[in-house]
Amino acid sequence: MAASLSIEQVAKVAGLARLKLSPEEQAQMAAQLARVLDYVEILNEVDTDDVEPMAHAVEVTNVLRDDVAGESLPREAALANAPKTDGECFLVPPILEHD
Amino acid sequence: MTNCRLPPSTTDVLTRLQSGELSSADAVRGCLDRIRSEDDAIGAFLSLDESAVAHAEAIDEKRRRGEPLGKLAGLPIAIKDLICTRGLPTTCGSRMLENFVPPYDAHVIERLKAEDAVIVGKTNLDEFAMGSSTETSAFQLTRNPWNREHSPGGSSGGSAAAVAAGMVPLALGSDTGGSIRQPASFCGVVGLKPTYGRVSRYGLVAYASSLDQIGPFAGDVYGAALQLEAIAGHDRRDSTCINRPAPAYTAALDQPLEKLRIGLVKEHFAAGLDPEVEAAVREAVGVYESLGATVHEVSIPHSKYAVATYYLIAPSEASSNLARYDGVHYGRRAEQRGRSSFSAAAGGRFEEVEEQEKELRPLFAMYAASRGEAFGAEVKRRIMLGTYALSAGYYDAYYLKALKVRRLIRRDFDRAFESVDLIAGPVCPTPAFKIGELIDDPLAMYLLDIYTISANLTGLPGISIPAGVSSSGLPIGLQLMAPPFEEERLLRAGRMLERDREGRQTEKLVTEK
Repeated sequence: MAASLSIEQVAKVAGLARLKLSPEEQAQMAAQLARVLDYVEILNEVDTDDVEPMAHAVEVTNVLRDDVAGESLPREAALANAPKTDGECFLVPPILEHD
Repeated sequence: MTNCRLPPSTTDVLTRLQSGELSSADAVRGCLDRIRSEDDAIGAFLSLDESAVAHAEAIDEKRRRGEPLGKLAGLPIAIKDLICTRGLPTTCGSRMLENFVPPYDAHVIERLKAEDAVIVGKTNLDEFAMGSSTETSAFQLTRNPWNREHSPGGSSGGSAAAVAAGMVPLALGSDTGGSIRQPASFCGVVGLKPTYGRVSRYGLVAYASSLDQIGPFAGDVYGAALQLEAIAGHDRRDSTCINRPAPAYTAALDQPLEKLRIGLVKEHFAAGLDPEVEAAVREAVGVYESLGATVHEVSIPHSKYAVATYYLIAPSEASSNLARYDGVHYGRRAEQRGRSSFSAAAGGRFEEVEEQEKELRPLFAMYAASRGEAFGAEVKRRIMLGTYALSAGYYDAYYLKALKVRRLIRRDFDRAFESVDLIAGPVCPTPAFKIGELIDDPLAMYLLDIYTISANLTGLPGISIPAGVSSSGLPIGLQLMAPPFEEERLLRAGRMLERDREGRQTEKLVTEK
């Protein structure tokens, strides 16, 4: 069965991903993602009952270290790449007052 | 005019540096001259380090004074532009990070500097390493030095091309699904992906964190071994980096492996494999047989599911990792034109997902507008695919299912390595494809990753060694894979093949058509 994706589904996923897509991009994405989703259907052939998911290639857990304070980036360095700052903080669009 | 020449042998350059016959400053100037004369045609570099000659002079001075020097003392090296270099732009091939200058060095950069390597510049790549051709870079194309109509492969295409064109003897890349081994194969150089956890990922801009690994390119096996020796080892800043001593990979490099048992995966030699690639692989395996190895057929029954597994796991991790590009802390922010323009620009579709968070809408709209204008098509595609696969209602069917198949693939390899020491096979089903040939067919491009992605899914180390040249004059690599942490075995085996070929090395020049 060929997977298909509606423009509405694409727009919803784009919203979740915080990604603005043009109408052309949405249409192209719907077609291209459907092809890939169609292809990955082959995984349904595989019996994975009783198989533990493998999240990492080398399974190490609970890597701990001593709680020792280290150096942090100086503020100027941390702010240096930000698109908008006031020299002390990162600036974002106002969120409490809007239309 | 030719762009390809025998890549400089690391051993030769190092010997000349050590004897004083060549200064590091001259070696670096030589690289810069070569870059100036060749790189307009190739496009391997995104930026150069203006202070490279000064760094080289400082190392020459240390040498003159008889001070202790590092393993890579004076050797010029290029760095994939996905690895953070303090004070040097690190763009990831993306408009998003066009002006990003990291305030810190990646672990591998600290290690290279501690070993007195000289960073010459940063190399082109597919945007955020997402691609197999270096065509998704937001800034430029990179061309294959063997034939400029062809792709150098990707995503570390700039690093591979820089070594193949003789611009630098050494380069670092990163490999998430084949991004070191495939361009190494396409460009006729050595490229190694270490075991997951062998090299710290601290400072490597994350694409798919459970798959990413940094590794070396070089014109010779020795150069790859030397770089790995410098960068491997524990770093507590990457909690997946294994605390296990790294051997001296160069020490026993010339010692051939005895009673080597080589496995050929029967599923690898099937429809879709270019006959010339198959012939080159079989010829290379024949070389090992002539050196005393035995060849055994092994089976990886789940290998046909590797591409599907990868293209669910990698985009899922990417969608999560790339969520950090929000136009606030670093990276590009869409220009705000008037108070409510972000909401309008983002379109009404955002309202349904933001119903409960209406007051945050200008912020969400700023994120969406910034990401929409700064990410390229392939990055958007993978973010969308991953977001879809992780979204409510689909998580079990896609992401969790893929993680389970991933374990079955690993079990297949563990079983195969009970009876063989190495697995040999193709790197890519074809030699380098043409630029533009596959860029409009993402799935066809993904399917070419069939032989390389298993090493990432399983975490196993793999190497690409030059094994031949096609009738159309394009290089073909041999891929060797080994059990976890057996990089030394890969390098020694690679050296066996290299030594056999050294005798009959032919001029690798491609004349311009």
